[in-house]
Amino acid sequence: MKNLIEIIKLKKDYYVGEVTVHALKGVDMVVTEGEFVAIMGASGSGKSTMLNIIGCLDKPTLGDYILDGINISGLSKNELASYRNKKLGFVFQTYNLLPRTTALDNVELPLMYNSAVKSKERRERALAALESVGLSDRIYHKPNQLSGGQQQRVAIARSLVNDPVVILADEATGNLDTRTSYEIMALFQELNSKGKTVVFVTHEPDIAKCATRNIIFKDGVILRESVVRDRTNAREMLASMPVEVD
Amino acid sequence: MSIKNLFKIALNALLRNKFRAFLTMLGIIIGVASVITMLGIGEGSKVSIQQQIAGMGLNLVTVVPGSQQRGGVQFGASTMQSLKETDVDVILADCPAVQAATPEVRGNGQAVFGALNWPTSLYGENLSYLQIRERSVVSGRMFTDRELSGAGKVCLLGQTVVKNLFGEGADPVGQVIRFKKIPFLVIGVLDPKGLNTFGQDQDDLILAPFTTVQKRVQAITWVQSIYTSAIDSKSTELAAAQITETLRRHHKIKASDQDDFTIRNQTQLLSTFSSVSNILTVLLGAIAGISLLVGGIGIMNIMYVSVTERTREIGLRMAIGGKGRDILMQFLAESMLLSITGGIIGIMVGIAASKIIGSAMAWPIVVLPGSEILSFAVCTVIGVFFGWYPAKKASNLDPIDALRYE
Ligand SMILES: Nc1ncnc2c1ncn2[C@@H]1O[C@H](COP(=O)(O)OP(=O)(O)OP(=O)(O)O)[C@@H](O)[C@H]1O
Ligand SMILES: [Mg+2]
Repeated sequence: MKNLIEIIKLKKDYYVGEVTVHALKGVDMVVTEGEFVAIMGASGSGKSTMLNIIGCLDKPTLGDYILDGINISGLSKNELASYRNKKLGFVFQTYNLLPRTTALDNVELPLMYNSAVKSKERRERALAALESVGLSDRIYHKPNQLSGGQQQRVAIARSLVNDPVVILADEATGNLDTRTSYEIMALFQELNSKGKTVVFVTHEPDIAKCATRNIIFKDGVILRESVVRDRTNAREMLASMPVEVD
Repeated sequence: MSIKNLFKIALNALLRNKFRAFLTMLGIIIGVASVITMLGIGEGSKVSIQQQIAGMGLNLVTVVPGSQQRGGVQFGASTMQSLKETDVDVILADCPAVQAATPEVRGNGQAVFGALNWPTSLYGENLSYLQIRERSVVSGRMFTDRELSGAGKVCLLGQTVVKNLFGEGADPVGQVIRFKKIPFLVIGVLDPKGLNTFGQDQDDLILAPFTTVQKRVQAITWVQSIYTSAIDSKSTELAAAQITETLRRHHKIKASDQDDFTIRNQTQLLSTFSSVSNILTVLLGAIAGISLLVGGIGIMNIMYVSVTERTREIGLRMAIGGKGRDILMQFLAESMLLSITGGIIGIMVGIAASKIIGSAMAWPIVVLPGSEILSFAVCTVIGVFFGWYPAKKASNLDPIDALRYE
């Protein structure tokens, strides 16, 4: 399998007034195509910083980041933007859907910034993405008419619609209850089994066990990496969970 | 991003906050509507004054006694008596650009009929009066040459005098009224003319032969003004020049001395009043312009609020591939949509308001040609100008900071 993400001696400093915060202090890391990686670690250990750099939202202070064969460190702001548009999908903890905008319009949004995609194709791809997250019957719902889990599924559909090389999720299940979290993980596992690379950040070890590999951060460096043995199948997990009744 | 997508996104964003978008537009609507209405009022009053001045008489050139100095009319007993009846004759004889002329002698006093009386003005004129002042007799007749030369005690009444002495609709012809105790036989009634621009009632008068007024009522030897009519509208300046020359010669004024009379023509009056109403137009336009500016600042304010409120949205748009330029264009498109839509509604409201005000004031309805196009252009500029800084602020946001914004 080819290396999709290669991170070499990467450092990231933040300057807050007089103080320099060393958020990442030399990280080496590789993600190959088709992997499902969970990043874990204590709060403040640099997980989000790492994911933002992987997502081309931020640039490293030092070191190299090669995504799909291209060294990101040398790209301009605009080049980064179109890279994000074509190669990356984001899922956020707080969904970040446009309020008072239908699920369909929300999912279409990334394609609006891609002038190569015409409106008919845009709609078809958005409908397909919504179908793949099981929301075909909710396409005209607005965020306030959807549950948290459904909103996150709209967000996942949005991250899928541009057919990215990797989906990045920062605590995507952080706002959801256990059951809904596993529903979201089941969705990610489904996507992953179809070949999509997924990198996600989580605090919950149980959720991390849905991945194929775990990377644990501590104080801006990688503490340890491990391949997940007896990986959780989220779908089976859901089936075995009692349906909550109160 | 394509222009179509840009405006679609901007429209969707505005529709998310319909009421706010409307309130913001209201500033522009009021601004544009008031610019159009105010300019319309200014222009309408100008046209109206022009019509009124033109209606004062046929190519009217007026001669009054006394010399005009820069500061105004110079008063003095001798110069106030400088015009004589004979001046009218020499003007008619020696000024080819003058087609008619009448002397005028005025007197104010009480007109009495039976138990009723009415304070009014008595005008002594000659037979050319009707032609020069473009008036007509609606009942009875004008006085004759013989009545003029014989200082006959006959008169014609204006509508207001008829109404106040005889009652609405009554026919006074054949009755005798008294003016300053002198009896006058009413031989005719003048046509109704209404108020002029300056609010004077043009029907509040009694018309009599000037000889009668000069000798029997005022007991003076001079005349108070001379009204002349130039042969056509282009000749008023020429007529004025000929009258000046004729009167200077007739009054034996030395080349080094000033005129002992003053000539006014409609062109001068027009330019005086035009400049007044131009100032009015500019003032009204400036006030309206300020309200348009305030409307623009309203847009800027809302765009700032909107950028701050939607910081996370901006972060998201950037995260999924929106470039700084896309964000800038989106917010510019929003402010332009607001200002242009507001402008279009404002133009329609302004035209409607001009028509309503115009018909209420009985003014000609004037929508300055091009004022719609100008307003439209101004709105676009306002949209870009006032939208620019908020949009620039939005486009300079850092995607991570924006996404993390609380
Ligand atoms: N924009 C910033 N400016 C300054 N310091 C920052 C900034 N972002 C992150 N940091 C610092 O970098 C370090 C790593 O932060 P990061 O957000 O990556 O942690 P994290 O592992 O995601 O934590 P959590 O699990 O709480 O989300 C922290 O010490 C944080 O204070
Ligand atoms: Mg984090």
